[in-house]
Amino acid sequence: MTTPAPQPMDKSGFGATGKFNVSLSKRYKFDKIFSTAAWIATLFGLVILAVLLVDILIDGLGRINWAFLTSFSSRRAAAAGILAPLVGSVWLLIVTALVAFPLGVGAGIYLEEYAKDNWFTRLIEINIANLAAVPSIIYGLLGLQIFVRWLQPITNGRSVLAGALTLSLLILPIIIITTREALRAVPDSLRQAGFALGATRWQVIREHIFPIALPGILTGTILALSRAIGETAPLIVIGAVSYIAFLPELSPRGLQSSFTALPIQIFDWVSRPQTQFHTNAAAGIIILMVVLLIMNASAIYLRNRFQQNRP
Amino acid sequence: MSATSTPDGSSLWRPKRAASKRVEALVKGIFATFAFVSVATTIGIVLTLIFETVSFFSEVPIWRFLTDRAWTPLFANKQFGIMVLISATLLTSAIAIAVALPIGLLAAICLSEYAPARMRRWLKPALEILAGVPTVVFGYFALLTVTPFLQKLIPGLQGFNALSAGLVLGVSIIPLVASLSEDAIYAVPRSLRDGAYALGATKRETIVSVVLPAALSGIVASFILAISRAIGETMIVTIAAGQNPSLGINPLVPIQTMTAYIVQVSKGDTPAGSLAYKTIFAVGMTLFLITLALNIFSYWFVRRFREKYE
Repeated sequence: MTTPAPQPMDKSGFGATGKFNVSLSKRYKFDKIFSTAAWIATLFGLVILAVLLVDILIDGLGRINWAFLTSFSSRRAAAAGILAPLVGSVWLLIVTALVAFPLGVGAGIYLEEYAKDNWFTRLIEINIANLAAVPSIIYGLLGLQIFVRWLQPITNGRSVLAGALTLSLLILPIIIITTREALRAVPDSLRQAGFALGATRWQVIREHIFPIALPGILTGTILALSRAIGETAPLIVIGAVSYIAFLPELSPRGLQSSFTALPIQIFDWVSRPQTQFHTNAAAGIIILMVVLLIMNASAIYLRNRFQQNRP
Repeated sequence: MSATSTPDGSSLWRPKRAASKRVEALVKGIFATFAFVSVATTIGIVLTLIFETVSFFSEVPIWRFLTDRAWTPLFANKQFGIMVLISATLLTSAIAIAVALPIGLLAAICLSEYAPARMRRWLKPALEILAGVPTVVFGYFALLTVTPFLQKLIPGLQGFNALSAGLVLGVSIIPLVASLSEDAIYAVPRSLRDGAYALGATKRETIVSVVLPAALSGIVASFILAISRAIGETMIVTIAAGQNPSLGINPLVPIQTMTAYIVQVSKGDTPAGSLAYKTIFAVGMTLFLITLALNIFSYWFVRRFREKYE
């Protein structure tokens, strides 16, 4: 039995000395390249965000004035304003909040506080995960068929109400998930203390658990609503029109009037060939982004207050 | 204090147990109904799509839907080749994913492994702002900023094209990939990294051969969600990629995706029950099935490959 002669092993990491060669300098060089690439990738998104914002500010800031905010849409770009879509978006926001908040919070409370781990709970959980991956334009098709066609006697077809109901269904899963997370963060000892005093489950939730979870729930709800305000596709599908020269009245009948919204108006202006309308679109985007910024800032403010007050 | 005395004469306070029980049952019932709304939404989506799609296929044979080589349902010479819309959707999505996956994953690695904790607290919300930008704004950006810029570099690029739509679509889903992958990477326990360092691995080697495989199921789940978002995204491709259904994979010319077609038909005042009305549901059904298949695959993959750590 002879041992095989040692082969030259330079390529496999062993040097001429026969000792394992860690080639540290080469590996550190690769490390350097890799970490640089990772930093570039992280900053890439932020640079694009900055370019986008600056670009839009340059294009649209000069167009914003009082007349732009208080005029209706027009065929002449210079005379066109953003009043109807602005009011329409506020309408949608309020009605969507009024529908989605109780539904989502109620569902969240049921799943977190009442439901046992049974087939119904699991069905809803899988279902919510699935709904998160459904494209928003599909919600538009749902709204078109159900709220615009089947429920026409109630919604009067392509109306504020139909739009708000569609958006509500779209953000419902987000509100349910954030409600459950906020409830889960409330310590169990509080519930047990309540039960020990003879309170029913609902009394404990209403008086003790819910008030503590509320800031967390509100944060999630505001973020969900800010997503709804930016949604365009479902509203186009259910038939928001881009030219409206009146404001919906502040009454139940206002719910049944046709509507437009900021993203719809922006889309309409972008789609036109004339450059002046593109300027209007940039100005509209600035208004939309300011609305979103205010909503996000209030969500962050709520979250911070919530975290500071946690025991 | 006679005011507080109960009918049986005792002055002790007694809880209204019967009333409490009724309220309890009522509240539970109402909230269970609310929870059912999300299930009803899914049922509503599926029934709506099936109902109109069946009606569509009673007028148009399904083999024409699958084999026609043009998509012209709004013209006199009607052809219903869904492949035209699917190929356009896959083209824009492929470009988007080529941008979003590497950049998103590298950003996730940077946030989790390289960025100091204080910086991470700033970077993550900053990236999330990018995720909160409405897609109609990205559409504006793609059409009026990115396309003119690219036209200087690529001479043959048309005003509407799949390339800039795909690139901007990719930018819009970077935060999704970065945020979800970062969660998965961050959840990998420190001991695994320490083990790799103890064996003499460098930081990059540890990340590439230990941390990433350990976080694989979460990373793949984020990728699939990103792909499904790219396929279903509407406004960027509608605004920047055009409305021209054509079969092919040239990213420099106008195309029409599935979602852009639905928008095109919805913008016109299509009467309910007409063939054009039914086509948007057939296209919607196709879109829904593709995203559902991706979702089921992701669900299977995550369950199959999830690593559990105590």
